[in-house]
Amino acid sequence: MEYKPIRKVVSGNYAAAYAVKDARVQVVAAYPITPQTSIIEKIAEFLANGEVENLQYVPVESEHSAMAATIGASATGARAFTATSAQGLALMHEMLHWAAGARLPIVMVDVNRAMAPPWSVWDDQTDSLAQRDTGWMQFYAENNQEVYDGVLMAFKIAETVNVPAMVVESAFILSHTYDVVEMIPQELVDEFLPPRKPLYTLTNFDNPISVGALATPADYYEFRYKLAKAHEKAKKVIKEVGKEFGEMFGRDYSQMIELYRTDDADFVFMGMGSLMGTVKQAVDILREEGYKVGAAKVRWFRPFPKEELYELAKNVQGIAVLDRNFSFGQEGILFTEAKGALYNTGAKPLMKNYIVGLGGRDFTVNDVRKIADNMKAVIEKGEIDVEVDWYHLKR
Amino acid sequence: MNTLFGEKKEGATKIVFTKVDEYPEAPISLGTTLSNFTGDWRTFIPIINEDKCVKCYICWKFCPEPAIYIKDDGYVAVDYDYCKGCGICANECPTNAITMEKEEK
Ligand code: SF4
Ligand code: SF4
Repeated sequence: MEYKPIRKVVSGNYAAAYAVKDARVQVVAAYPITPQTSIIEKIAEFLANGEVENLQYVPVESEHSAMAATIGASATGARAFTATSAQGLALMHEMLHWAAGARLPIVMVDVNRAMAPPWSVWDDQTDSLAQRDTGWMQFYAENNQEVYDGVLMAFKIAETVNVPAMVVESAFILSHTYDVVEMIPQELVDEFLPPRKPLYTLTNFDNPISVGALATPADYYEFRYKLAKAHEKAKKVIKEVGKEFGEMFGRDYSQMIELYRTDDADFVFMGMGSLMGTVKQAVDILREEGYKVGAAKVRWFRPFPKEELYELAKNVQGIAVLDRNFSFGQEGILFTEAKGALYNTGAKPLMKNYIVGLGGRDFTVNDVRKIADNMKAVIEKGEIDVEVDWYHLKR
Repeated sequence: MNTLFGEKKEGATKIVFTKVDEYPEAPISLGTTLSNFTGDWRTFIPIINEDKCVKCYICWKFCPEPAIYIKDDGYVAVDYDYCKGCGICANECPTNAITMEKEEK
């Protein structure tokens, strides 16, 4: 069948809901939380209008229960989905370990929102990054199209390696902002994403199993190794699925770090999520003004694309890491990861951390220009002025 | 004690993995309680004195494992494959018909 996209003007949240519908998700268990709410409202609307078949919708009383119910559904072999934000994601934390440890390919959308207090509903990546060590894969979407594509790919990748995946979009900047999204006709989604083949199911009554049973020190260690290996395997699967997606639908996701005009760049801006749209636009403008800059958008934070980062880092003089998040007592989280990944490789570009956009603070093309000027000066001098730059601070 | 894997109850034996590749991909246990005997955990063992038992079945209701069953004659008995020796039955029995004794292994 020839691919003719269905164009719709939707919010990031609706893009997620449409992807859930097109992926033929069988169970959604969710609790509403701003700014995620319209995802599950839209799914409920699909259900009420009879637009989805074979979908069980489980309204629960908290996010901890939402993840618990999603885990139960996934363990029966169903394709299961949930969505959350910030405090809700934090409340799920314990259950996130269960999902990954039991090797259940759940997909969740997290709408990035700042952690309180002070109370905030605006964009900030610290909520999802705080779940770094739960064993979930994490995909950061730049725009509404990537939310839709990300959910479809996440199911395929998760179900291939049996590891859950989080698709992350930014509060309001994407979740509530409308844009054109090219959706894929159902038959082609079905071709790309066949029904799930579970590793095991709880409903096989001839061979009953128990899930997540006790492992003594004699066995626990091996299961941790297996999950670590699954993440390694996921790197390969992500690239293959991203390439296949590109061949079928014209948007290639085979790079875990999307490189934008980096070929001859002196230095690059590196970051994740919606802010990289602004950065790419800024790169175009700065290029015209004579700056030799590029953008490196980290699409997958877990598994972390170490090898791709190394390929980039050995060819540039500097990397400005833009973190819309912060790990207290240290620095931006992506900055830590990127520096750590390069330590033993021999690639040693100057790396500086800019903390930007926390709690929804506006981040514009002009900000990128100012950072470019600072980064240029740093490179000319050959040493960084300050390692962690609270760029927006009112001084 | 094997808590993760096993075959069905007939000739149940524990499977010990010596290499990482032998493990299943996900931490599941096969056969559930058909092979995982919670009776392995026991230090104390309940002994039922039928002379004192009044067939109230409180012990049967309170036992957290599927370990107490009712015999054809109406008295209760313990399935020692599953009795983990917690002593709840002895504590709940209104006539003190159950005593917990140190098990010799
Ligand atoms: S000791 Fe505990 S497990 Fe054993 S029969 Fe009594 S209540 Fe059940
Ligand atoms: S609780 Fe005591 S009296 Fe009642 S059935 Fe059990 S052993 Fe008998």
